[in-house]
Parts: sequence; C-alpha cells; structure tokens
Amino acid sequence: MRYLPLTETDRQDMLRTIGALDVDALFADVPEAARLDGPIRDLPMHASEMAVERHMQKLAAQNSVAGQMPFFLGAGAYRHHVPASVDHIIQRGEFLTAYTPYQPEIAQGTLQMLFEFQTQVARLFGCDVANASMYDGSTACWEAIVMARRITKRGKALLSSGLHPHYASVCQTMARFTQDDLRSGPPILEAATDYDALVAAIDGDTSCVVVQYPDILGRIDDMSRVVEAAHAQKALVIAVVTEPVALGAIKSPGEMGADIVVGEGQSLGVGLQFGGPYVGLFACQKKYLRQMPGRLCGETVDANGERGFVLTLSTREQHIRREKATSNICTNSGLCALAFSIHMTLLGEKGLRELAQLNHALAVKAADALSAIDGVTLLNRSFFNEFAIRLGRDARPIVRELADQGILGGVSLARLFPDEHQLDDTMLVAVTETTSEEDITALVDALGAIMAQETGA
Amino acid sequence: MSMNNMGRPTNIDGVANDRTSASTVTGNKALMLKEALIFESGSPDRCGVDIAPAPETESRLGGLVRDADIGLPGLSEPETVRHYTRLSRQNYGIDLGFFPLGSCTMKHNPRLNEKMARLPGFADIHPMQPVHTVQGALGVINELAVWLIKLTGMHGVAMTPKAGAHGELCGILCIKAALEARGEDRKIILVPESAHGTNPASAAFAGFTVEDIPANADGRVDLAALKARLGPDVAGVMITNPNTCGLFERDMKAISDAVHEAGGYVYCDGANFNAIVGRVRPGDLGIDAMHINLHKTFSTPHGGGGPGSGPVVLSEALSPFGPLPFTERYEDGHITLVEEETCGERHPHSIGRMTAFHGQMGMFTRALTYMLSHGADGLRQVAEDAVLNANYVLRSMEDLLDAPFASAGPCMHEALFSDKDFAEGFSTLDLAKGLIDEGFHPMTVYFPLVVHGAMLVEPTETESKAAIDEFIMAFRSVVERAKAGDEALHGAPYHAPLRRLDETLAARKPVLAWSEPDVTAEAAE
Repeated sequence: MRYLPLTETDRQDMLRTIGALDVDALFADVPEAARLDGPIRDLPMHASEMAVERHMQKLAAQNSVAGQMPFFLGAGAYRHHVPASVDHIIQRGEFLTAYTPYQPEIAQGTLQMLFEFQTQVARLFGCDVANASMYDGSTACWEAIVMARRITKRGKALLSSGLHPHYASVCQTMARFTQDDLRSGPPILEAATDYDALVAAIDGDTSCVVVQYPDILGRIDDMSRVVEAAHAQKALVIAVVTEPVALGAIKSPGEMGADIVVGEGQSLGVGLQFGGPYVGLFACQKKYLRQMPGRLCGETVDANGERGFVLTLSTREQHIRREKATSNICTNSGLCALAFSIHMTLLGEKGLRELAQLNHALAVKAADALSAIDGVTLLNRSFFNEFAIRLGRDARPIVRELADQGILGGVSLARLFPDEHQLDDTMLVAVTETTSEEDITALVDALGAIMAQETGA
Repeated sequence: MSMNNMGRPTNIDGVANDRTSASTVTGNKALMLKEALIFESGSPDRCGVDIAPAPETESRLGGLVRDADIGLPGLSEPETVRHYTRLSRQNYGIDLGFFPLGSCTMKHNPRLNEKMARLPGFADIHPMQPVHTVQGALGVINELAVWLIKLTGMHGVAMTPKAGAHGELCGILCIKAALEARGEDRKIILVPESAHGTNPASAAFAGFTVEDIPANADGRVDLAALKARLGPDVAGVMITNPNTCGLFERDMKAISDAVHEAGGYVYCDGANFNAIVGRVRPGDLGIDAMHINLHKTFSTPHGGGGPGSGPVVLSEALSPFGPLPFTERYEDGHITLVEEETCGERHPHSIGRMTAFHGQMGMFTRALTYMLSHGADGLRQVAEDAVLNANYVLRSMEDLLDAPFASAGPCMHEALFSDKDFAEGFSTLDLAKGLIDEGFHPMTVYFPLVVHGAMLVEPTETESKAAIDEFIMAFRSVVERAKAGDEALHGAPYHAPLRRLDETLAARKPVLAWSEPDVTAEAAE
C-alpha cells in the first residue's frame, strides 16, 4: 500500500516494544461481537494510481463541462476565470497541508494571509471588520440572523423575497428548531424589489431585515431606505452578496448602512466544483465585533517586539465557551479564503473594477440580444451580470432542450421555487468575462429557434 | 589583482565563527525572508491579470455606481507569487514534517486526490446544471455514500454537511425532527466533559440544553451514572468513540441500548473514526447518527483551517429525516437528485436544506479517490497502523511522562499525557514551544479538559518508524528539560520565524484589519 510506510519488520519490532502479541491485542477493548474478522465485504480491494485514475476519469467524462460549451448559469455560483497562479499557490504543501493556526509561531503564513483576507473582505463590503471565513454564503446568512438575535434579543427576522431561495431554505431548516420567526415569500416578477413591503413590515419585534444585493433576480436597489426604517425600530440590516465581483461596480452594502454583510466568495479564486467547497464571507461594523461567529485573526507582537498575527477573541468560540459560544463552527474554509485573497491581490482595485465593467457590459449585450427575440421579455430594469427573462411558457423544457443542443443556457426559476407556478416561465441568465460574444450569439440563435417553434411562428 | 575564485569550491578556512554577526540590515535570514503586507507593498493601480476592454454599452446599475475608493491593493503576477511563496515558508505542514495533533488526524494528503478533484468534469461543473448533464458527479456522491454506509454499517447517509461541526448539527436536527414526529419535546442532550467543544455548541445551536455525563476513573463514560440520568426529558447523548482520551468506549453498545430504552437517540462524534475504520462498524454499536470528517479519516487536506466535509451516517430510525438534496440511483444506473422540486410526497420528513448546494463535492472526489486507492483491505490496515503507532509512542514515553490511562490497557489512535511531573512553573505550553524548536508541530495541548495540562499525540498511520523514533527522541529530551526546570524552555521557540506571540495583547486591543498608518500622529512625535 503506497501510503503506508511501516514494513512487516517494523510492525513486529514495534509490537515487541509495546509488549503486545499481535495487533489484535491492541483492539482488546472492542467487544467481541463488534469485531470484524477481515476486510469489509462488497467493497473493492486496494488499487494502483492508474486504476483509480481510470475509474475517476470515467465518472468525470459523464459530466458536461461548463468551459466546453456556451454557459450562462449563475444563481449563486458564477464561472469566472481563475488565474493560473492561484491554483499553483494553494497547492503548496505549506498551505495545503497545514492545520488551523493554533501554534502561531509556525503558522505566520496562514495567519498573515487571513489578516489580509479579512481586510480585503471588510473593504469590499464597506465594513470595519470581517472574520476568517464561514462554510459558504448560505450558512453565513443563518449565522448573521443568529447574531442579530443575540444583539437585539428579538426573534423575528424579515427575509426579502429577493433572497436566494436556497439561503432562505437553510435559514428555515434551522429556524424550525430554534423557534426563530422568519417571514419571507416568493419574489414578485416586477422590475422593482420588494423593499416597500419590507419597510412596511418592520416593527418593534423585528431583529433584522435580510436583503440580497443584487437580489436573486439580479435586481439592484438602494437599501438605504430599508436601513433607515430598520434602525428607527432598532433592528439590524443584513445584506447578502452572492456575487462579490459586482462590488467592483456598485456601491457596497456598508456604504448604504448595512450592519452585517455576508456573502459567497466563490466567484473569486474558487471554481464551480458542483457547489463546494466554497467560502462564506462575514463582515460587520466594529460595535458588533464581539458577537461575531467564527475565527478572527488579529495583529500582535512577539517576545522581540516584532509584528505577528494570532487567532484572537476566541472566548466567543466553541472550544472555549462550549454551549455558550456564538456559533458551533470550527473548521471553516481557510484554503478557499486563500484562493479568494490571491485572486483579489492579483486583481487589485484596478483589476476588480475592470473585471466588473466587462461583466456588466457583456451582460447588457446579452440582455438586449435575448429580449429582442419574439416572446422573450427582460424583467430587470437594473442588473449587474445576471438577469431574469420571461419566456411566456414553462422554462424547464427549454433549459433541457438547450442543454441537449450543447448550450447550458440558464437556471429555470421553477427549479428554485418549485411551489410558485407564476415563476415557471422565467429563466435566470448569468454572463461573465468567460462568456464570449459567440456564446451569446449561440444562445440567442438557439433560444430564438425554440421560441419560434413553440409559438408556431 | 586578486585571483579569480569563480566556480571553485568554497573553503570555510578563515570564516569567523561569530554568532553576533548574524544580524542583517534587511531583517532577512538567508532563506527566511521577511514579507510585508499586501497593503504595504501593493497599490490600487497595479494588476496581475490582463482583462479585455469592456465593449461600449449603457450602464444598467440602477444608479448605484461605486465612486469611492475601495482600498484594494494589487500586485503583478511575479510579485503575487513571491508574496505567497514567502508566506508559505513561515508555515508548518504535513508535507514538511511530523504533525501529531491529537484528534485532528493529520495524515498524508495523497496528490492523486488533488489531481482527480481538478479534472474539468468535476471542477468545472455548475451545481444547478440539468441533472442529465452531471450524471458522473452524482455518481461520485452516490458511490462515496455507498462506501460510507458499508464502512459504518449504517442505513443511510446525509452528504451535504460542510464540516464536522455542521455534521453534528445535522445529526442533532435529525434527532429533534424524529422526536417531533413522535410528538415528543425532549430538551436535554447529554455530553461528556471530555467531548470536543463543538458537541455542546452544536446541541445548543439547535436549541437543546446541554448537561454533562460523568466519566469514570479509567477515562470512559460512567454507564451507571448515565443510566441514572436517562429519562423522558433526555433527547439523546453525544459520545465520541474512540473518545478524546484515546480510549475505546467498551460499554458503547450498552450505552446505546440504555438510551434507546429510555426513548432517546445516540449521536457519535466520528472525529476519531481513523482508529477503527475497517475493524469496527459503528452501526453494530447501536449508533443513530455519526459524522465522518472526510478531512481526517479520508485524507482530504486541512488547508490551514478548512474546507472540511462532514457527511453524517444515519440509522434506519433517523434516515427519513436526512437533509435535502440527496441522490437516488435507479436500476438502470440513472441517478436523480432529490431536491425541493423533486422530493414531493416521498420524503415528507426531511429536515430540509442545510447548505446552498450539494455539499463539498471537491472533497467527495478526493475522499473517493482515497478509498479506492486503499480498498477495504488498505483501510483496515490504516486503522491497525494508526493504533500501532500511537501505542508505540505511549509505551516509549510512559516511563518518563505521566500517562493517566496507560495502565488500563492499550490506547487507540492517540496517546494522552499530562504535565503532572513537570518542574514548578513549567507548563504544557513550554513543552509545545520546545518541540517547535526541535522541528515538530506540537501535539494537541490542554485538550481534553479532563486531564491537567493535557498532551494528546496522534501520529497517524502515514508516519514511518524512523520518523516516530526521531519524534520520541525529541519529545523525551524536551520532557526531561521541563521536569528538570530548564529556564531556557520558557523562552522557546528560538528558531521559529517569530518568538512567542503576545495573545493577551491581541485580545485586549483587537486589530483585525490593516489601516493606513496615521501620518499626522507620527509627524507630531
């Protein structure tokens, strides 16, 4: 077995040192009835690198690869170009095979990177501080609601209907057991977000209002008025960002007064990977710092007075506070945070702004070309790199038909909101810098042909 | 004119043997290079990516253009690569040396896993692609699920939890849902004091009240005391097996039976599954739910603090409550994804979604690659070698260092020691820092809480006898210094990139983000 260094001679020598007759003696505490006498049946025996690689390649070949066809899927996971140096650096063994930096003297690489990451996230979101990452955007969203409950000591959270339905589901799964009161509904297919309704619903029992920005349909709206109304009732505003690249073009939630900003960092440095691992981003304003979940990296000095970094304020965390901790999170998403941070460093402010401009311009072109098709209407007045189009008939078979023609054309809202049939005719389309003008033409032509067929024109 | 020495072998005659000349003007020490923060070395107009110019279009950003500076520095690609390469060299990793962090299972991370996870067919597919375009990805999830079920002897598995603590939460929610379905509202979860902090935190996060389970003198759950506490208010127990003292809970089956008889459920923390994989199936011990850290037992990398992956195997009683989405394989080989759109009437009891998509796919491909490489026979050998290595450390140290439970019999995959015999004023922390100077990552320290100054050593199966012998030699030497009261140990580490760090200062005056130095304040000084 290529991963096991002990030889049979080693094992015998070691058993002699231990004073055990054989290895079975070391498992003497296992009750006889639970001992297995040999390898578990119905599972294959060990295999060579080559054989394993062949097996895995066969499985990989059964998937349609996003990069090999016109591709327009988003809905919380976006296909961006990841510079080659990102993947090179995260595969360095010193980063890849390190543990959570509990011994700071031999973990300054990870710690300095986390300090830089926290600063990048805080600035991108327009907040004072950010933590060292969460699992993903959806779990970060629930943790933010719990944090708001702790701060306000109220249990009613208003979720905008523009929040990603999977994020809302994650929160509902938890709230059912924690007795938090979550209010939300499906999005209304209008060019405006539901902020009027949200503002009207805020009252003295409200702990927080959760708004996604841009929202699930890609709409961009000024959340300042939500902030104003929430603060008037001493409630918090939690902004959720699923596409951080957008913040290279549009105002940050922090600038508009959001108290807590969470998000999905996958767009930068982390590939699609069928949904994970991703990286949850979590930031807030300074006054709420001690109520934050997750790891925090802070600056300090060593015994010689030199600057260094350590994990800090851990009295909030489970390994110290146990059942009184701010969260149960332990392992987070360190390596994805590194990938995010490297990509952000490569871009810098200039690159991020250019990338955002390019995404938006290509999306505008695609939106115009698609809405020129007979029977297709664009829902959005505002958007960044993703928008919703209405097709006048069930979008699901159209998505499938496009896939059969070798085009991954978008996400049908029916898949995201299966119980809301008024959304069945709508499809989300995302466009990034990886989308070529030929890709847009291919989608427009294919969708045009399908629409012509369906309407009998 | 001096002689041209180029290309000749260097000669150390005449080189001063003078340690004081070791200081340098740069602060660098040969291969150990200082590295500034990107906020000090980068600038907003520098960029390491070439981006095509955007075509001319009107803006549809809703009038919310970001005008103010964001404050994000950039670096060119060569500067970026150098920045992170220099940082990486200040990190200890398994690739560099022995990393016996107890309860963390820091085993070798095979590079075939990395290669497979990067196949475009796995790395470049979107979670919302039509199901018929991702049959291979669903195949990976399904195949891994089958391995986990067979290795644990359980009924089902929830694949989506993102890490161990998330898996605990999932299992605990399933228990709560099962009680709810029975129309019972039990509020108490019993957790031993020796448990990982995540156990009580997860139970509390799910709305339960946590109570301690007493331990007996040999480091295991006190069965009689536990039985006495069980009753109609107890929802279940969370037990780590093998436990955090490195011992197998001999009474596990009896514990499970008692809990079931009292109407509760048994959660097992599977962090230490590496000790028993292929030798014991938790399903045979009456477990109802157990998370498996793919980043421990199944070798996916820890990455400096994640990502992890924590699938939860479930008993027949709890399987109906597992989260969405999950896979279902039909006889013709076709696999469907059961999610909100497709679950319909068939899975009315599911607790719902725990994460946005399908879990840690990138970790699934790595873990499956690892399992296929080892096979059923190799995995059994993994547990045997891991346990053998830990017992070898235990028996090589017990004459010198207090090992609280050593006399009771063999340990499992980790060996536990205490600071009992250290000289006055010498702590486990001193010992850990001394080991850093000797070139080792310290063991887990001050955990479990039930042992004073605990040191928990988990060698794992991927260490050679020579590597372990070298560690034992160094460990013994530092223990001897701590027992003899060698003052120098208080100053360790001396050879790490930094000396001991002031964690109190960091907590007292938290600086969690970089900010521009206050130039006016400096000028006034």
